[in-house]
Amino acid sequence: MEPILSVRDLTIEYAARRGKVRAIRSVSFDVRRGEALALIGESGSGKTTLGLGIVQLLPSTARIAGGSIVYRRYSDTGQPMRETEVLTLKDADLRRFRWAECAMVFQSALNALNPVLRISDHFADTAKAHRYLSGPRQGAALTERSRHLLSRVRLDPDRVWRAFPHELSGGMRQRVLIALSLLLEPQLLILDEPTTALDILTQRNIMDVLKELRTQLDFSLVFISHDLSLAAELADRVATVYAGKIVEIGEVYTIFRNPHHPYTIGLIKAVPTLTSDKSELTSIPGSPPDLIELPSGCKFHPRCPLADDHCRREEPELIDVESGHRVACWRWQDARAVLKAYQV
Amino acid sequence: MGEPLITLEHVTRTFDVKRQTIKAVDDISLTIPEGEVLCLVGESGCGKTTTGKMIAGLLATSAGRILYRGQDIATMNRADRRRYRLGVQMVHQDPYASLNPVQMIYNIIAAPLQHHGFTRGEAATRERVRELLTTVDLTPPDDYLEKYPHQLSGGQRQRVSVARALTVRPSFIIADEAVSMVDVSIRISLLKMFGRLKDEMGVGVLFITHDLALAKYFAWEGRIGVMYLGRLAEIGPAQQVVAHPQHPYTQVLLSAIPEADPDRTRSKQRIELRSMDVPSLLRLPSGCAFHPRCPAFAGEICEKVVPPLKKAGWGSDVACHLVK
Ligand SMILES: Nc1ncnc2c1ncn2[C@@H]1O[C@H](COP(=O)(O)OP(=O)(O)OP(=O)(O)O)[C@@H](O)[C@H]1O
Ligand SMILES: Nc1ncnc2c1ncn2[C@@H]1O[C@H](COP(=O)(O)OP(=O)(O)OP(=O)(O)O)[C@@H](O)[C@H]1O
Ligand code: SF4
Ligand SMILES: [Mg+2]
Ligand SMILES: [Mg+2]
Repeated sequence: MEPILSVRDLTIEYAARRGKVRAIRSVSFDVRRGEALALIGESGSGKTTLGLGIVQLLPSTARIAGGSIVYRRYSDTGQPMRETEVLTLKDADLRRFRWAECAMVFQSALNALNPVLRISDHFADTAKAHRYLSGPRQGAALTERSRHLLSRVRLDPDRVWRAFPHELSGGMRQRVLIALSLLLEPQLLILDEPTTALDILTQRNIMDVLKELRTQLDFSLVFISHDLSLAAELADRVATVYAGKIVEIGEVYTIFRNPHHPYTIGLIKAVPTLTSDKSELTSIPGSPPDLIELPSGCKFHPRCPLADDHCRREEPELIDVESGHRVACWRWQDARAVLKAYQV
Repeated sequence: MGEPLITLEHVTRTFDVKRQTIKAVDDISLTIPEGEVLCLVGESGCGKTTTGKMIAGLLATSAGRILYRGQDIATMNRADRRRYRLGVQMVHQDPYASLNPVQMIYNIIAAPLQHHGFTRGEAATRERVRELLTTVDLTPPDDYLEKYPHQLSGGQRQRVSVARALTVRPSFIIADEAVSMVDVSIRISLLKMFGRLKDEMGVGVLFITHDLALAKYFAWEGRIGVMYLGRLAEIGPAQQVVAHPQHPYTQVLLSAIPEADPDRTRSKQRIELRSMDVPSLLRLPSGCAFHPRCPAFAGEICEKVVPPLKKAGWGSDVACHLVK
């Protein structure tokens, strides 16, 4: 599958009082056309920073210290049309990229709607800012498209269209935001924790909406979540992020059935399912590293039961362990042994 | 299981909101034996935290009574009241909000020890603080004594909160899990720690969470209570509630939960709700509060009569007209 986004050696740092926060360290991966890629990992591992880096919405304390992000637009018939280096985009081009090519729904999205504007105004303003369907005789077309998108996310347009954000529940607002992000027909949608802080039944509804949208519309999805079950439910591929790096990436079934990185194994084993036995659950010792003073070698080594001298000395890079499955661990072949070690 | 430690008798709590009264907790009766692990689950706003706070004595009941070791907490004498206050501790699971940022860990834990006279003298206090840090897996304890909360990770801060709650030798801990505050890798070790407290010291736990799989794991030999709009819909042995849910709401919840296993989660049978709208507490549906959404809705009786919580199969109590 052709990539629509190729991230290479991307490095992002924050300036903090204590020093440089090395939030994303030389990360490389592709997002393929039409796929759903999940980024999973613990709090503070750099997932949001990666998303913000792709849409170039990092706060002013952040600096992109290196790398490239190449975006490819495809025609309706699937022909590659043009390539853009996102990191060099400026002003109008960047704004266009952000909505018309790649839209992001943020982690704190529930407060993202302007409380004094009706939902209809949010659609109108977004369209106007991007000169989309905003010519003199296009009002009806815009309304129709917006209301259509609202029904696509299972909202009743008649009820929602004239409503103010506070009149809607958290789940409804989240769906309005998803509909809004799709207004300019982006090829790539980034969702940061789309279901966190929502109720089980509302989460289920959002997941079903996303699944439906993917079968109806042609876009790729990157979603960021610390919730593994969301990845298991929605993703085609999964990437595990640890201390600012992707340490494992592969097809969703491979990652869950046959993970090779000790961290991924630990993460999956730490999440109970409704049918798992009590004894199957384990926890990863220790806590995530300080991104200002990172450990030497493999950043997971202080917590890793398999760590040896090599691990402490040198950081492993992602290598192919089988087709389409990449792991950054010196001892990936022994990874199964980690299970026993976590058992205690 | 031991003697009843905490008993709720028809406990109701109302709040006045916008000149209207809402029932956040509506007629809950429940007995928690000594040393039990009980998990309360349910959607946001169903009254879990309100229930926990009333049990901890941080919030008064509007009707009904709460008994601690058989004594009504609202009318108990001073000495009993003191025992109850120390006996039931609530641990706020938000590690960012609950610890005083300008106090060293040592002081955070030493203060209640000294204040309640559990230790006498500097040396004994220090020793007990060390012991408590070891109990919550902050080892070696000397590494933590002089640290400030901001120098600890979220998981470590939660352990400090637990250590602080343990200073007064409680018999019951209420742990309210703020939505997904904790990382998965740390969550299990925290729960394992609570499990050990129960096994080794007989400390009972009320664990409040949205996560049914986590509730089953943690309660394992204890119980799960499922709340809906202020009422208990179902309560029973943890494994039975998950394996044999009897209330339609519990069934819907279990069928809706995504699971961290792509094979299972993608092949799960879904039960659809009749409506996605969550009723407002300001306009609670008549009869069974779940009736407008219930997939098993059986007409008039559900609309008109509040189903009482009564004995059903699998050792559970269920509040549904259709469950015999
Ligand atoms: N504005 C900022 N200034 C300094 N450091 C920051 C800033 N934003 C984030 N960080 C740090 O960068 C690291 C990565 O943060 P990021 O928000 O990307 O993590 P995350 O994986 O999205 O975590 P979560 O799951 O909690 O949302 C963290 O250590 C965080 O403390
Ligand atoms: N002090 C208060 N004043 C007014 N209403 C309140 C107050 N505390 C709680 N409520 C209301 O009571 C209901 C129950 O709240 P509670 O916090 O117990 O729910 P919960 O089950 O803990 O939810 P969550 O899972 O979101 O923590 C909610 O509708 C809430 O808005
Ligand atoms: S490289 Fe070494 S320390 Fe890192 S995960 Fe692999 S075995 Fe563990
Ligand atoms: Mg984030
Ligand atoms: Mg609560």
